Amino acid sequence: MIQEPVIEVHGLCMAYGSTVVQRDLDFAVFPGDIFVIMGGSGCGKSTLLRHLLGLKTPAAGDVLYHGRSLMSASAAERRVMRRSWGITYQSGGLFSAMSLAENVALPLHQYTQYEAATIDDIVAYKLALVGLDGFQDYLPEEISGGMRKRAALARAIALDPEILFFDEPSAGLDPVSSRRLDDLILQIKESTGATVVMVTHELPSIFAIATNSVYLDAETRTMIDYGDPGWLRTHSEQPVVRQFLNREADVRPSGDVSGEDDRG
Amino acid sequence: MDATAPDCALRPDASGQPTLYLSGDWTEGQPTPAPSRLQDMLARIEPPGPVALDLSGIGDWDSQLPAFCLRWMNLCRSRGIDCERRRHGSSLDDLLDLATATPPREARPRSAGWLSAAAIRRNLHEIGEQVQESLAFVGDATVACATCMMPGSSMRWSDLKLYCAQAGPGALPIITLTSILVGMILAYLGAVQLKEFGAEVYVADLVGIGMLREMGALMTAVVMAGRTGAAYAAQIGTMQSNDEIDALTTLGLSPMEFLVAPRLLALALMMPLLTIYANVLGMLGGAIVAGGMGISPLAYLSELVTVLAPGHFMVGLSKSLLFAVLIAIAGCRAGMSAGRSSAGVGDATTEAVVTAVVYLIVADAGMNILFQQVGV
Repeated sequence: MIQEPVIEVHGLCMAYGSTVVQRDLDFAVFPGDIFVIMGGSGCGKSTLLRHLLGLKTPAAGDVLYHGRSLMSASAAERRVMRRSWGITYQSGGLFSAMSLAENVALPLHQYTQYEAATIDDIVAYKLALVGLDGFQDYLPEEISGGMRKRAALARAIALDPEILFFDEPSAGLDPVSSRRLDDLILQIKESTGATVVMVTHELPSIFAIATNSVYLDAETRTMIDYGDPGWLRTHSEQPVVRQFLNREADVRPSGDVSGEDDRG
Repeated sequence: MDATAPDCALRPDASGQPTLYLSGDWTEGQPTPAPSRLQDMLARIEPPGPVALDLSGIGDWDSQLPAFCLRWMNLCRSRGIDCERRRHGSSLDDLLDLATATPPREARPRSAGWLSAAAIRRNLHEIGEQVQESLAFVGDATVACATCMMPGSSMRWSDLKLYCAQAGPGALPIITLTSILVGMILAYLGAVQLKEFGAEVYVADLVGIGMLREMGALMTAVVMAGRTGAAYAAQIGTMQSNDEIDALTTLGLSPMEFLVAPRLLALALMMPLLTIYANVLGMLGGAIVAGGMGISPLAYLSELVTVLAPGHFMVGLSKSLLFAVLIAIAGCRAGMSAGRSSAGVGDATTEAVVTAVVYLIVADAGMNILFQQVGV
C-alpha cells in the first residue's frame, strides 16, 4: 500500500536576508516515521524545523501537510494544522512563570472543551507518562534540566498530536538521561502512533530511533542525502554523510573543494 | 455509528471480585462520569480488598480515558487497595504501563495562608535577609567603585563612557519635557495663592527655590529610576539568566567592578548634570506661565536672581548625587539577585523601580530634615 505522506517539502529555499541557508530541499515524511534532520553545527537544521512549523517564511518552495500548503493556509487553517502538532524546543520552551500543571493545561484550555476536573486528570496523566506525576505545582526553574525536557514533552503530547517535533531533544543531557528520553519518545510514539520529526546531531539518538532522515550539508547549502540513517551509515554515496554517521573526526577537506566546484 | 456515553460501574465479576467496568466512547464532547463518583465507589467496597479494572467495554477513546484510569489507580493506592488492571489488548495498555512506571511523587504541601505564624515568621526572616543583603551590596559596591579608581581593576573605561552616554545625553529629551512641565506646574501652584495678595511676581521665587532645592533633583531621579534603573536591572538580570555573571566570576573578573561600578559611576556623574539642566528648564517653564499672567520676562528674571543662592543650588546637587547612587544600587542589586528565568528578569525590573522610588522619597525626606536642622 502506498501511504500518503504527512509532510512534503517541495523545493524549499531558506534564507536570512540575502544569505541562503539551505536551498532545493525536497523530502517527504510518512505516517509513523521517526524522521531525523541531521547535519553539522550551523547547517540550518533548526532553521528548517522553524520553516516546517511555519515560524519562518521560506524564500522559495512550500511545505505541505497532508497535501495542504502551509504557506498559503489562512490563519484559521493554520490553527487547525497546529492543533495536531506537538513541539518541544531546544531549551524546552516551558513558560517560566507557570507551574508544570499550568504549562501542560494551557493547550488543553486553548483547544478543548474538557471540564476543569478532566483537564486536571489529563495533566496528571500526561505528567505520569513522562514520570513527573506529583510535580504539578513546581515551576520550571525548580526542577532539573532533564526533568524540564520531559515536562516539555508532556506539554507537547497534551493534545494527542499526530506529529511530534523535537528540536535537539537530548541536548545538554548526560548519556543515560539522554538514552532514557530517547526511550520515552519511542514509547510514546509507539503507543500514540504519532509521526516524529526531530533535529539532532547526537548519534546515539539517531541510530536508536530514526527510521528516515535527511542530511543537510553546510558547505554546499543543500541536502546531500536522504534515507534510513542505519543504511546511509554504510551505503551513502556521500563520504561526508558516512563520516558524520561513523563519527569520524577527520572530515577530509574535499568537502570544501566540492563546495568550491559547485559554485564554480 | 453513534457514540455512546462513557460510563463507569462497580460490580462483582464472575468470580466475585469487585471490578470497575468502564464502557462507552471516551471522546471529547461526551459527558464523562464525575471523578467524585470514584471516591464513593471505593468507599462502598466491603470488605476493603483488591479490585480489578476492566476496559473491555470501551469504544473510541482519547486522553480522558487513561487519565480517568490513572485517577482510579492512584485513588486505590492511596487507600491501600490493590488494583489489578486487566489487559485491553491495545495501545491503552502501553500508555498505562508507561504512566504507572514511575510512582507518583507526593504533591508538594500547599503553603499555609500568609497570616499563619509560620508564614509571618518566614516573611520577617526574608525581610531581615534582604536588608542584610542590601547593606552587603552597598558595601561591595563602594569597595568596587574605590577599586576602580586604582590601576588594574576589572572596570573598562569604554563601558563607563557608554553608560554615561546612555544615562546622560540619552535622557535629555525626556528630562526636557518633564522639567519644563514641572516648572509650569510650580508656577501655576504659586499663582493661585499669590494672586490673593497681588504678589504674582513672587512666582519667580517659588519656581526658583522649588526647582533648585526639590523638584529638579527629585523629578530627574524619578525619571531616571524608571528609565535607567529599570534598564540596569533588566540588563544584569538577563546576564544572570544567561550564565554571564558566572562566566565573569570564573574568568576572575569581579561582577561588582565589571558591571556595577561603571553603571553606578556613570549615573553619579550624569545625574547632577541632568539636575542642573532640569533646574534651568524648570525656571524657563515658570517664566512661560509668569508671562501668561502678565509678568514681563525681565521682571521674572530680576526677581529670580534674588533667590538664586549657592546654598539652594548645593542642596539640590547633593540630593541628586545621593539619588543617583540609590537608583544604581536598587537597579543593580535587583538585577544581580534576579531569578534565572524570563519571569525573574521581569520581577527584577519591577523591584528595581519600586525600591528606587521608595529609597528616593525616604532619602529626600531625610535630607530635608537634615538641611532644616543644619539651616541650609
